[in-house]
Amino acid sequence: MLEFQNVSFTVDDDQGKKEILQNINLVFNEKQFIVITGPNGGGKSTLAKLIAGIEKPTSGKIFMDGEDITEMSITERAKKGIAFAFQQPVKFKGIQVLDLLRIASGKRLTAAQGCDYLSEVGLCARDYIGREVNASLSGGELKRIEIATVLARKSRFSVFDEPEAGIDLWSFQNLTRIFENMRNNISDSTILIISHQERILNIADEIIVLKNGTVVKQGSREEILPEIIGTDSAVDACAALRRTEVPENA
Amino acid sequence: MLKFDEIQKRLFEEVADLHELPEGAYNLRTNGKAADRKSTENIEIISKEDGTGIDIRIKDHTVKQSVHIPVVISESGLTETVYNDFYVGEDCDVLIVAGCGIDNCGTQDSEHDGIHRFWVGKNSKVRYVEKHYGSGDGTGQRILNPQTEVYMAEGSSMEMEMVQIKGVDSTERTTLAELEANAHLVVRERLMTHGTQQAISNYHVKLNGEDSSADIVSRGVARDRSYQKLDLKITGNAACSGHTECDSIIMDEGKILAVPSLEANSVDAQLIHEAAIGKIAGDQLIKLMTLGLTEQEAEEQIINGFLK
Repeated sequence: MLEFQNVSFTVDDDQGKKEILQNINLVFNEKQFIVITGPNGGGKSTLAKLIAGIEKPTSGKIFMDGEDITEMSITERAKKGIAFAFQQPVKFKGIQVLDLLRIASGKRLTAAQGCDYLSEVGLCARDYIGREVNASLSGGELKRIEIATVLARKSRFSVFDEPEAGIDLWSFQNLTRIFENMRNNISDSTILIISHQERILNIADEIIVLKNGTVVKQGSREEILPEIIGTDSAVDACAALRRTEVPENA
Repeated sequence: MLKFDEIQKRLFEEVADLHELPEGAYNLRTNGKAADRKSTENIEIISKEDGTGIDIRIKDHTVKQSVHIPVVISESGLTETVYNDFYVGEDCDVLIVAGCGIDNCGTQDSEHDGIHRFWVGKNSKVRYVEKHYGSGDGTGQRILNPQTEVYMAEGSSMEMEMVQIKGVDSTERTTLAELEANAHLVVRERLMTHGTQQAISNYHVKLNGEDSSADIVSRGVARDRSYQKLDLKITGNAACSGHTECDSIIMDEGKILAVPSLEANSVDAQLIHEAAIGKIAGDQLIKLMTLGLTEQEAEEQIINGFLK
């Protein structure tokens, strides 16, 4: 469905040019739940932005269904069926949750239809549908609304950039359930998630490990997960909690 | 509404959402003359003896009633100053809808300066909506200089919604308010200027009584080469709380000057001001573009939301 051919991405920094991604060749197939992991600074978010068109490659080509989309704008790619959930959800003054869901779906959704999407991400819809998408919402709430906007697009290729970033553990546990549901109901679409979390990696069909701008491992979950467990590419969100648990007889 | 032409009807719709004659009391003014008027048992509208405007007298205990006093000008070159004085009794709960629409297709300037004064009685609640709108492609300017004065008695509350979104070439609005004990004023102002328009908005709210409060939020968008000046002042003369907020989006070659100011003359006055000016955030545009909007559509959505 989506293919990267020799994609590189370079930025200018104090020391001259810095290569964020080097000659990436990847094929993302339909009906796949793919997780990209790897150490921070490895180029994962850049790769996600290249898919959505927020960044353009310095060299190389990106194809969707065989068509070269390298030079296509964000809007054109969205219309082709690429959706993108931001790592840091964007806030708006005055735009309400329902407005955003209507823009996302491209339809004049009724409040009830909007509520369905919110329910899917575990928000009590009635309390949120008329709220402004602003700083009065918590990080976890914004994240869920961000995911709901991607669901409302009914896209063929959905990218989620570190859905666990910036939220508390409790919210994260609930979020993983949303992704488990997506995994179970995947139809002709592709879901790509950037994540370090073991619980997300556990439901992947395919895992890609990106390090220093190159793909260092790629394969099925069964193949890759045992190799990376316990490294910073597969973090157990609750391990830290367990370590600090107070013994019963203390 | 039979007696009005299409332009006048459209202006009435824009400034007062009127598709037909409103329920309750009303005074409709077109091209410098009273065109239609209705008083009710509780709300009396009478012309001032010197012909400079109208008095609106609302009896004590008038609840869930409304007054509409929109003004439209569709002649080029008409300049007028009108005084509208509202005497709101005690224990009332009323809606007042004002507003002015100017359509100027000619070469001469048209100007309406409405001076609205409110005396709000004890424990009364007033919701006041004022919309300003301009249209017409003549070279004559559409000018509106409204002045609003509010005197609020003990325990009264007033919510003011002031909107000027389109087509007014030049405006200088002044809003003055004085609040007695336990009176509460909420103002929501929305301003959009485009082309070479100029808008100046001045507020001075005096919190004179114990536990009085004011919350004034002005949101503005200055596009093209337009100019906005927002001067929001609260004076706290007692144990009171006041908050002003100027929040502006600047676009193209627009210019905005925000001058929030606070004056406390009592140690128990709690006053806060916030002011922010900035262009539309790039990540907001990108987010909406990932949802399938073009950059221009995204910009419109962001501004519509901001001014909603």
